[in-house]
Amino acid sequence: MIEIKNLSKTFHTAEGEVQALKNVSLSIADGDIFGIIGMSGAGKSTLVRTINMLERPTAGSVVIDGVDMGALSDRELRQKRREITMIFQGFNLLMQKTCLENVCFPLKLSGLRGEKKWREQRALELLDIVGLKDKAKAYPAQLSGGQQQRVAIARALATNPKVLLCDEATSALDPTTTSSILELIRSINEKTGITVIIITHQMSVVESVCRHVAILDGGVIAEQGAVGEVFAHPKSAAAKRLVFPEGEAMTGYAVPGERTIRVVFNGSEATSTPLIAHMAVEMGIEANIAYASTRTIDGREYGSMLLGIRVGGDAVERAIAYMNAAEGVLAEEVEF
Amino acid sequence: MFDKLFAPEVLEEAGLIIRTQFPLAIWETVYVTILSTAFAIVIGLPLGVILVVGEKNGIRPLPAWLMRALNVIINLLRSIPFLILMVLVFPLTRAIVGTVVGTVASIVPLVIAAFPFIARLAEGSLREVNPNTIEMAQSLGASPMQIITQVMIPESVPSLISNATIAITTILGYSAMSGIIGGGGLGKIAMNYGYYRYKYLIMVAAVILLILLVQLFQSIGTHLAVKSDKRLKNKG
Repeated sequence: MIEIKNLSKTFHTAEGEVQALKNVSLSIADGDIFGIIGMSGAGKSTLVRTINMLERPTAGSVVIDGVDMGALSDRELRQKRREITMIFQGFNLLMQKTCLENVCFPLKLSGLRGEKKWREQRALELLDIVGLKDKAKAYPAQLSGGQQQRVAIARALATNPKVLLCDEATSALDPTTTSSILELIRSINEKTGITVIIITHQMSVVESVCRHVAILDGGVIAEQGAVGEVFAHPKSAAAKRLVFPEGEAMTGYAVPGERTIRVVFNGSEATSTPLIAHMAVEMGIEANIAYASTRTIDGREYGSMLLGIRVGGDAVERAIAYMNAAEGVLAEEVEF
Repeated sequence: MFDKLFAPEVLEEAGLIIRTQFPLAIWETVYVTILSTAFAIVIGLPLGVILVVGEKNGIRPLPAWLMRALNVIINLLRSIPFLILMVLVFPLTRAIVGTVVGTVASIVPLVIAAFPFIARLAEGSLREVNPNTIEMAQSLGASPMQIITQVMIPESVPSLISNATIAITTILGYSAMSGIIGGGGLGKIAMNYGYYRYKYLIMVAAVILLILLVQLFQSIGTHLAVKSDKRLKNKG
């Protein structure tokens, strides 16, 4: 259990004070995959760094399993950090060390974990989990970005942490690699029960792996809750901006006499258009595509769409039921 | 004077001196240079580390007055011309070696002149380490000492080798200068025969050998720096 209570962080810069976080409170349950999403400059990276005290909060506290992180001594904090590891946008591997040595690194730091042979054995097991056992002797520069991030994940898991912090971990990767890295994180979460906190500016990342989400805007939590709930019924302006990429002008998509359904494609097998076409043919429901932003990755569909359906009868309810029945599709009515 | 430069008796004499005195001179130059560089690295590298980690935003901030003092001392030592420094450190040289003249004695001023230079070079190398890599180590619970020994220094090895090469070639140049106060080596031969006795041929031969030594050190250094760098693809 991670409890962030009334957290504030102020930076003193040449241009004056910048308040990066304002009175942020969050509670993250064990084993959750929790997304923190926001535009750049919203304070996401600062927030994630206060969790392991890489960034000391100006006010407020971070309590992990009852331990107040801010109250720990330097030595205790270093011990605690082995339970809360981190992966980064830039991977941050040791470029002069092999993949195996990179994964051994946190074990070597902790010192007490025995022999070199034992460390290498453990590192190999971890590289196997991320699918890179054959790259043990390779140097990071010889790997692709996605492979480097896999090594970084193996390294982050070496000390059997309880929490994995992901700071824009997929932002430097292409969509295909992004989804495979997210899949890996999800499977590790399922197998080990590790709590994952994902910082991102990409809606698709939150939609595809997170269970809960907090929307950070200007250093303030604008909205939080279950992903489906927040994205289906965005209440705050910041949430609406993220859910409808065109911003609040999205209200312009609402057509008088129509109700609007938001459809999220989250790795559905079928391409999006046939789904809408089939609905017209099979159900006799004509949907007006008001907005669509979808893309196909590995033959699967990701993205979202706004459908307008004429008011009258139970067409909207039937359309939602029809689309929710399809695998990897989430449909809900939205009100502007 | 120059018409006699290649006279047979001059050539014969030069040949004799080159055969009898040059091997020892080369050896003296090489060992003085390598020993001085080694001692200067032992002092300069830790200082370079302190310059980086000790500053306000470093991984182990030190008192501001201490950092200021360190910077002033390093700048001060670096601004004294080597010729003057050699004379200035006579008392120290006498205290350590027992005498102020001779090959071994010349190592003391060489080290004093070189370690601030090496501290600055090391500082430059260590600053090249990506701050995100250091943050990564901190996030995994590394102590400041572990970050220095397991991240900063290993990650900057290629750059440190390049800079050590710059240092050793510079120290080689200084070591030739120490011929003036009785330090041995090629510098002494160039001074004694070329400057004091107008035997230009011998001076030229000594200078050519110094050039060759610089080339040799530079080639070895560059080779090692490139070979050690695992960031270059398809290597290792």
